[in-house]
Amino acid sequence: MQKTLVTIALAASLGLGATAAHADTLSDVKAKGYIQCGVTGGVAGFSAPDANNVWAGLEVDFCRAVAAAVFNNADSVRYTPLTSQERFAALSAGEIDILSRTTTWTMSRDTDLGISFVGTMYYDGQGFMVRKADGIESALDLSGAAICIESGTTTELNAADYFAANNLEFNTVVFVDQDEVVKAYEDGRCDVYTTDASALAAERSKFAVPDDHEILPEIISKEPLGPVVRQGDDLWFKINRWAYYALLEAEELGVTSANVDEMLGSDNPAVKRLLGVEGDFGAPIGLTKDWAYQIIKLVGNYGEAFERNVGPSTDIGLERGLNALWTNGGLQYAPPIR
Amino acid sequence: MAVQDNIGSSAPRTSLLNDPVVRGILYQIIVGGLVVAFFYWIIVNTAQNLAAQNKTTGFDFLFRTAGFDISFTLFPWSRTSFYWQAFLAGLLNTLLVAVIGIFFATLLGFALGIARLSSNWLIARVATVYIETIRNIPLLLQLFFWYFAVLKAMPAVRASFELPLEIFINQRGLMVPRPMPDAEFTWVLVAIVLSLIAAIAVGIWATRVRTATGRYPPRVVQAAKIADAVVSFLVAALAFSLLAQYVPALANASPLIWAAAVIVAAASLSRFAPYARAIVAFALTFVILATLLRAMFPVWHTAAIDIGAAIAGVVMGWILLEGTRNRPPSEGRFPIALLILIAAGIPALVYIVTGAQLAFEVPVLERFNFKGGVQLPPELVALVFGLTVYTAAFIAENVRGGIRSVNKGQTEAAQSLGLKEGDRLRLVIVPQAMRVIVPPLTSQYLNLTKNSSLGAAIGYPELVNVFTGTTLNQTGKAIEVIALTMAVYLTFSLLTSAFMNWYNGRVAMVER
Repeated sequence: MQKTLVTIALAASLGLGATAAHADTLSDVKAKGYIQCGVTGGVAGFSAPDANNVWAGLEVDFCRAVAAAVFNNADSVRYTPLTSQERFAALSAGEIDILSRTTTWTMSRDTDLGISFVGTMYYDGQGFMVRKADGIESALDLSGAAICIESGTTTELNAADYFAANNLEFNTVVFVDQDEVVKAYEDGRCDVYTTDASALAAERSKFAVPDDHEILPEIISKEPLGPVVRQGDDLWFKINRWAYYALLEAEELGVTSANVDEMLGSDNPAVKRLLGVEGDFGAPIGLTKDWAYQIIKLVGNYGEAFERNVGPSTDIGLERGLNALWTNGGLQYAPPIR
Repeated sequence: MAVQDNIGSSAPRTSLLNDPVVRGILYQIIVGGLVVAFFYWIIVNTAQNLAAQNKTTGFDFLFRTAGFDISFTLFPWSRTSFYWQAFLAGLLNTLLVAVIGIFFATLLGFALGIARLSSNWLIARVATVYIETIRNIPLLLQLFFWYFAVLKAMPAVRASFELPLEIFINQRGLMVPRPMPDAEFTWVLVAIVLSLIAAIAVGIWATRVRTATGRYPPRVVQAAKIADAVVSFLVAALAFSLLAQYVPALANASPLIWAAAVIVAAASLSRFAPYARAIVAFALTFVILATLLRAMFPVWHTAAIDIGAAIAGVVMGWILLEGTRNRPPSEGRFPIALLILIAAGIPALVYIVTGAQLAFEVPVLERFNFKGGVQLPPELVALVFGLTVYTAAFIAENVRGGIRSVNKGQTEAAQSLGLKEGDRLRLVIVPQAMRVIVPPLTSQYLNLTKNSSLGAAIGYPELVNVFTGTTLNQTGKAIEVIALTMAVYLTFSLLTSAFMNWYNGRVAMVER
């Protein structure tokens, strides 16, 4: 009792209260009027400021989708660029509501850091980029190479694992910031630049002569990249998870931002349920009936977001590959909305 | 009546609360209690919040396998090492940079500080411009500049600069042969340590005798003359045999080389010593420069390189000639040659007698990089260089302030004794300036140590990069990792501070 009194007196005198972890993110977000979204400092196609200095990318679109579902306005998002080192602390401390930042879903992160992974926005894998001039055919030729890596990533561990498993020698040069990693590789400090294959493609598109560099065929790891929320707030977690599934479901049912209004009159019961014409799937997660309609209207479906940000028509030029819908032989699969 | 009241009683009694001693104790108890309560509250609050965030805590992660690679460690490291070893690797790397940086920054800083006060206009201006430029650019920018400038300037691995003695420089760093001593070589190492101690002891003893009696002990003077001749002979032999590599006419004239060396040795005992010295200096400078430049710029004309090296050699010789023109006779000179001979000669003798072998593991070019030997990564070089250049500017200002604080009368008094400028500074001014220089110098040492954490930005694996970077991210144990790191820097700071305070106590003015 005495101790508590002292503590309370101190806390009061310092104007600080012992902050309990918040467990009602939806109310907080609604009170603020916007979602605080943690993104990268700039990986083209995933989250980077575009020519007009507006944040754009596949991961940015996820935050916009959640904002569309919550506020009926995809622009009610503010962005916090984070390094890979800062990201989890920023999420735990409540500085951001969603972390959508090329983050790999791993067991230790999901179970030990007080965070929860929502789903897999992009099935990725770690690759190697080298200079064509070096004449390297395969990652197995890389024994003795110097490798540039960003610190605090799964990349670091995967590289060590892969080289150890194949009895290859290597030495890593680890930088805190992505920019320095790329610069050091460009300046010739390293023979190899390794990170997720998608980011390699994004960085290569920014090089002076992209054709001087090639990405080796080996993909050495599973890197499921997805949005993350704080653990212990099931409602917010489910809002995020179903926003993601709505993007997939819309693509599967052929609903796009262009045809969503005419789809309101569709006879397909699955489309009716998705767009809130039949049943109310928004209420149980604290949203309106037309939550998915808003997402598709304002952001588009998963396929549109992919095509717009990283697809073959963009500078980054990634194929759908594993990220095709299950109906096209890919891994993207949403549970039914019913 | 009232008069009688005060008889036999002491001073009027005040209440306890107004007694200054009691009040002081009471205040301290209150403040102490508040501090303890504050920390208690911080700890309890942290623990509650960690529990609320579903995070596990504790230091047991230190004994888990790290699973990542570190580019530069002072002890063998593999991906199966533990996190505590990662911590140690980062710690040692930080210490390494701090120690080397402090050493060079002190030298450069003192030189600059004295240069800025120089009566030579040009030297003073150069020092001023250097200090003002370096002080006003953020350190991180300078580190980026050095790192990427150095990287860009270096050749690719295939086109490495080849220096003599199997030393290579390229974008992957500096590769030097690794000494591989055998069992007998321990005797040589022991001899090196012992003879170093002996040399220093002789030096101190000779100086003490000189301070007491005004002259060096006669035996030391005799030995110094002989040592002078021996060292001159050896250096001359080395210089001339190297020179013979460059002059085809001398290629097979080893008798000539020995004769020339003997002449130089003899001259060192006569009044022609300065000329002999200048000739040796010329030969050495020419050879070193010509070799380095030929290795680094193979595209240049060798004739142009040789002419440049010859000019540099002449300049070097002339500087020595001028510098030694009015040297005191050997009786009044510190017996530096003797000390060199003791420190280097005895181990050499032991080496020959024990038949120890010193093999070298030479770096060999493989597909991507050199393998074997000792490799110094460019990150380390850039960080040490950047920290040295930056901190030296601040140290220089401390030194300048310290020297300025010494009364001008001291300089005049030293002048009136006929001391030259170097001796004036060394014997009179700087010793008095030290008491002003040392306290802020301590701060600069601490700054340098803490600033080494910026090495994380240029990929040097020091404590912040390895531990609060990689380790924190792989384990997610933010509180524990940051606490350990803070403890390390705090310990460094306290140790440096304690040492400098001890030193300050030694150089402080002794009041009589």
